Amino acid sequence: MQLTKTTDLKGLLTTATCALLTTNQVSATETAVDEWQFDTAIMYYGESDRVTAVEGIVAGQKTFADEQVLNLKVTVDALTGASANGAVAQPDVQTFTRPSGNGQYQVKAKQTPLDDTFHDTRLQLTGSWSQPLYHDYTWTVGGNLSKEYDYLSVSVNSNLARDFNKKNTTVSAGFSYAFDQIEPEGGLPKALSEMTVEQFGSTEFDALFEQTRIGSSDDKNTLDLLLGLTQVINRNTIVQLNYSYSDVSGYLTDPFKVVSVVNQQGYSQRAIYEHRPDSRTKHAVFAQLKTHFSNTVLDASYRYMTDDWQIDSHTLDLRYHMALNNGHYIEPHIRYYTQTAAEFYTPFIIEGQSINQDISADYRIGEMDAYTFGIKYGMPMNSGDSLAFRLEYYRQSPKSDGTAAVGVLNDVELYETIDAVIAQVSYSF
Amino acid sequence: MKHQQILITFLSATLLAGCSSLGVEPWERDILAKKEMALTSSPLDAALDDHIYFSKEASSGGRSFGGGGCGCN
Repeated sequence: MQLTKTTDLKGLLTTATCALLTTNQVSATETAVDEWQFDTAIMYYGESDRVTAVEGIVAGQKTFADEQVLNLKVTVDALTGASANGAVAQPDVQTFTRPSGNGQYQVKAKQTPLDDTFHDTRLQLTGSWSQPLYHDYTWTVGGNLSKEYDYLSVSVNSNLARDFNKKNTTVSAGFSYAFDQIEPEGGLPKALSEMTVEQFGSTEFDALFEQTRIGSSDDKNTLDLLLGLTQVINRNTIVQLNYSYSDVSGYLTDPFKVVSVVNQQGYSQRAIYEHRPDSRTKHAVFAQLKTHFSNTVLDASYRYMTDDWQIDSHTLDLRYHMALNNGHYIEPHIRYYTQTAAEFYTPFIIEGQSINQDISADYRIGEMDAYTFGIKYGMPMNSGDSLAFRLEYYRQSPKSDGTAAVGVLNDVELYETIDAVIAQVSYSF
Repeated sequence: MKHQQILITFLSATLLAGCSSLGVEPWERDILAKKEMALTSSPLDAALDDHIYFSKEASSGGRSFGGGGCGCN
């Protein structure tokens, strides 16, 4: 069928959405067509020589007569490419076994070891229902289901908000509880055990590889609590202040990451599988200011996070919405992020050193700065639809946590910078 | 513990009382009602960004719940 008008597409999506909600057998009447609002987006994320991801979202919102709001969202993403395995670069070629145990890959001299087997498709369904309760109260309840080949996540959440002072002040409290299960191809590696590399393809290899496995799946539970305060300052300014608490327990190790054990000259002797603590408690404070000038809106936010892994982070985000002629707008964006390393992070281990129970060389929990520079351009379309394009550049700069490089490690890049491009097209109708 | 509760109650009451002097009348909400003045004016941009930064950095959440729901390598 050729869709010549966007209203046809809207009608089709409305019918499809209603068909999914078969409990009430709602028919796609003309009124329903008018009440659904759809936001769609497709995004490309590409790192130079590493991960590439494409993510699509369709989100529908329907407002009912009594200010009840239903939100439904479908997200699909496909990820391919290479991810750093945690090992250090070396002056020579290195060989690693794939997490599945069914293959090996070689890393060129002086290159950061990347495992190039990542390939995953994820489907996520999100829904929420919001409605007024008594006087000045709004209650929201929601759920989320996300499934990829080796990962499952299910969560429920709820939030209660109360308005004060002619709706100029809103106080809210909410919680989210998530259950995640990981079932990696090849099973879970035994913490700190040596990656089997020699004699690949032989029965000896298979037996040794099997000894590094401790099971097929594990899980974790996440409890999030969120307290919020929103305040209208004046006709042009609104502020938000949030406190959030997060408690994660269970399997928090990355089964695909290793740590290099090097000798005094810096030459790698072996790679051992990492291990992280089985719990993590995070606290975060988030503050946001939105203020309107004659034709522009400044959106500034700051987040401070601290956790019991000794990671502290600061995030500063600035967007400046500038209205142009005929409803067009342009919106520059700058984001700065900095984090300290987890207490058990180490870029490598020197042979003979005592090894702690918890250890990881994953740069994502090491010391790091990151910058994002972006621009968005939006325009109105016929019949109230809108179209927007977004292009962003994201740079991660991992840094040394103070660990001194030894021997040949002085001649390789231990903290490689990662550049990524984010391109997105959004359409609302 | 009881002192803490009293302190929290006192601070909350002070905060709310302080906030009551701020704000606008219902008929002065024209600018605040604009889409670009919503605290999360582009929810899909925010969702996509949360997913990227959750995968690539050690922090998540703040604006809303902590994100996640992926293996994210």
